[in-house]
Amino acid sequence: MPRLITASDIEALAIGTAILGAGGGGDPYLTKLQCLQELRRGRRVSLIALDELADDALIVPVGGIGAPSISIEKLEQGEEGLRALRALEEFAGRPATALIAAEIGGGNGLTPLIVAAAAGIDVVDADGMGRAFPEMQMTTFSIYGHRSTPATLADERGNVVLFRSVASEAWYEKLARAAVVSMGGTAMGAEAPMPGSYVKRCAVPGTVTRCIELGRLVQEANRDHHSAIPLICEREHGVHLMTAKIVDLKRHLRGGFSVGEIHLEGIDAHVGDRARIAFQNEYLSFERGSTIEVSVPDLIVLLDADSGHAISTDILRYGQRVAVLGLPCHALLRTPRALEVVGPRAFGLDTEFKPLPEMTGIAGPRSV
Amino acid sequence: MTVGDWQAMIRIGVDVGGTNTDAVIMTGREILAAVKVPTTADVTHGLIDALQRVLDEAAIERAHVSLVVIGTTHFTNAVVERRHLAPTAAVRLCLPAAQCLPPMVDWPADSRGAVGDHVYFAQGGVEFDGTPIASFDPTEIRRIGADIRARGLESIAITGVFAPVRADYEREAASLLQDECPDAFITMSSSIGQLGFLERESATILNSALRRLAQSTVASLCRGVAECGIHAPMFLSQNDGTLLEVENAKLFPVLTFASGPTNSMRGAAFLSGQDDAIVLDVGGTTTDVGLLHRGFPRQASTTVDIGGVRTNFRMPDVFSIGLGGGSLVDDATPVPRIGPASVGYDIRRRGRVFGGDTLTATDIAVAGGRTTLGDPARLSDLGQDLVSRGLARIDQLLESAVERARISPQPIPIIVVGGGSILAGAHVGGVPIIRPKHFAVANAIGAAIAQTGAEVDRIYMLDTQSRESALANAEGEARSKAIAAGAIAATLNVTEREDVPLAYLRGNATRVRVKVVGERAL
Repeated sequence: MPRLITASDIEALAIGTAILGAGGGGDPYLTKLQCLQELRRGRRVSLIALDELADDALIVPVGGIGAPSISIEKLEQGEEGLRALRALEEFAGRPATALIAAEIGGGNGLTPLIVAAAAGIDVVDADGMGRAFPEMQMTTFSIYGHRSTPATLADERGNVVLFRSVASEAWYEKLARAAVVSMGGTAMGAEAPMPGSYVKRCAVPGTVTRCIELGRLVQEANRDHHSAIPLICEREHGVHLMTAKIVDLKRHLRGGFSVGEIHLEGIDAHVGDRARIAFQNEYLSFERGSTIEVSVPDLIVLLDADSGHAISTDILRYGQRVAVLGLPCHALLRTPRALEVVGPRAFGLDTEFKPLPEMTGIAGPRSV
Repeated sequence: MTVGDWQAMIRIGVDVGGTNTDAVIMTGREILAAVKVPTTADVTHGLIDALQRVLDEAAIERAHVSLVVIGTTHFTNAVVERRHLAPTAAVRLCLPAAQCLPPMVDWPADSRGAVGDHVYFAQGGVEFDGTPIASFDPTEIRRIGADIRARGLESIAITGVFAPVRADYEREAASLLQDECPDAFITMSSSIGQLGFLERESATILNSALRRLAQSTVASLCRGVAECGIHAPMFLSQNDGTLLEVENAKLFPVLTFASGPTNSMRGAAFLSGQDDAIVLDVGGTTTDVGLLHRGFPRQASTTVDIGGVRTNFRMPDVFSIGLGGGSLVDDATPVPRIGPASVGYDIRRRGRVFGGDTLTATDIAVAGGRTTLGDPARLSDLGQDLVSRGLARIDQLLESAVERARISPQPIPIIVVGGGSILAGAHVGGVPIIRPKHFAVANAIGAAIAQTGAEVDRIYMLDTQSRESALANAEGEARSKAIAAGAIAATLNVTEREDVPLAYLRGNATRVRVKVVGERAL
């Protein structure tokens, strides 16, 4: 049975998506407000688990595309996502069964809830990353062979563009970006529907519920004045790598990405440790001494050492006291095929991927 | 006017706080007198009292005063306490964009209730490059004006999408609405803030809702100064530590929201002679911690919450820790707990050293020999062990606050001001502290030294010009604006300069922000 999402779930979800953003994914503030607004309007958002999906169900990834600096100023009309979805359904000749996030981390983790509320369909409790990554082809959907097109883009004026067929995923990215710029810098997109059977094999399961639970851990810890950090590690089977102070921060922009590195000095139980974190929108690697201990696609998460709230790469500053956590990514991101796209070398790091101990209770790589 | 003339000017700075009204009188860099009197409910009488006393103490003729600057937290308190907020029409120029979230959607219910739910959407927003999203429609605006008049609303806030990039539609809408509602107070978002729609809109609505209060409060302040026999020009001090004309204070009360912490940090810079430093302003209950950069407080990069409303004002990046002179000391744990509970301003009645029965941080500081106050004999029963552990805890709290405020590992001076600054020892984290003379009136001094400034915040296309030429263009425009606002050209300095490339946009779009400040000619 799909379960109904409440306003308090959404508050928690926004905290959790920021954590799984692993430094990127954008601020979920506006998408959170939009979700809450949908509930106030009397619309309903319900969550359906992967194993409840029929094999022939039609699952559509939806999300916002464009420059965050524009989306904080030119707010959405509100039905862009619905128009993109309707155009795609019309082309497919079938209505979508449910929507899914390509990326759970950050603001776009909540976007399918807004569109699903308007469309009156479910949101799948899963996504295509289990975290955030900077490029759209870095989803498990793409990695295991699903093509993004046919896809649609809609703006606030009523313009809807259909990408019927494209020569490659790179061409889709290029054409979509040109269309988004013409639309004023932001748009909502819906991408090629996937059959339920494919989503069950290739999506990272349970990530919406996971984010809600993570958010609740943080809320409860703050209410009861204890630390959320061990609870998050326990919930995610992660490692508390270090409690540290940021002692140096280098940042520059390269090709539209925020790239840089952070130098850390251990505090509390980690006095004497020194470490370095490289980032490109998201945190890429954690290096202590001369050893890279954690790297993409595993999640490196920085939390405020006191509040347990996530610290994204765009609000880093000198002197912050942070807890650095390493959280194992899902097995779907650890296959040789996935590592070609989201492994350390894909981000220019000269190292092999050394996985954190896997989450218990989740099977190893399945054949996909 | 020359820099020399400026140095000879006699200036009065006043801080009208919730508890005390402080006044100082200065010439050049010299402080001639400083006084502290209780704030009165009507504001005016406390102000007159402070002005008269400070003039008498300095033995200065009223006619020789050339400038009066007043800092006040009156409007901030009105928002925090939800008092005197007028019902306000929120007009959004955005259609067809920005319908997904209504104005004030993230306000606390009681604040939203105070300004009412009078919301209008119209065409007239623009894209990031200034092209209209949809054409501006005067008929639509007139119809909205008629409805606002019919509802009897006296305050209107107009917010257009990307208005900081192109403001003419907001201006047209304002003029049309003023025709329909001749007595209304109208605020345009382009006069208030920067990019970040919801936050700028909220600030614009708050501003309009405060306009009536601003008229009467500013008039009371002017009356106070005039009744004192001072006929010099009077200003308020604004968020960034620069002067705000009286007429502009009536139009833009929100521009005074952060003047309190700004003045205390600017005052600390002045008193210590340090332009780059960490400032600890220790009060009765909390310590405000901020960073000075080139004599001005470092600005927060994130949103600022005023009484539960998110705004995007440029505010000093100041945080508070729960340590002050009145902080309660709880010795139940091995490391004594100090704060955040406090006896606050009641310290002179309840503190042990003053004859009360509550152990406070001040008692620990006195017993530890950091200051002489009250009757130390009353503390003779405090164990030496408790005193040294208490002092260590105070030092630890101050040190971690200093660490949090740092933005680089370079050594930086630490300035301690405020009534509770007696808690600090000679060092914080191994760095000797500076506790300047007149530390208790740093706020009023910050007001007295307020300067004139101007800011340009715009998106440039770097495919048609270089980054350097864009920065130079923005700086030139900021300088012209500052001179037009009365600044002396030779004293202008750039205090902020940043350029942020915008991802995903054609033409290599970059947002450039430049701010200049200087002394004001009269």
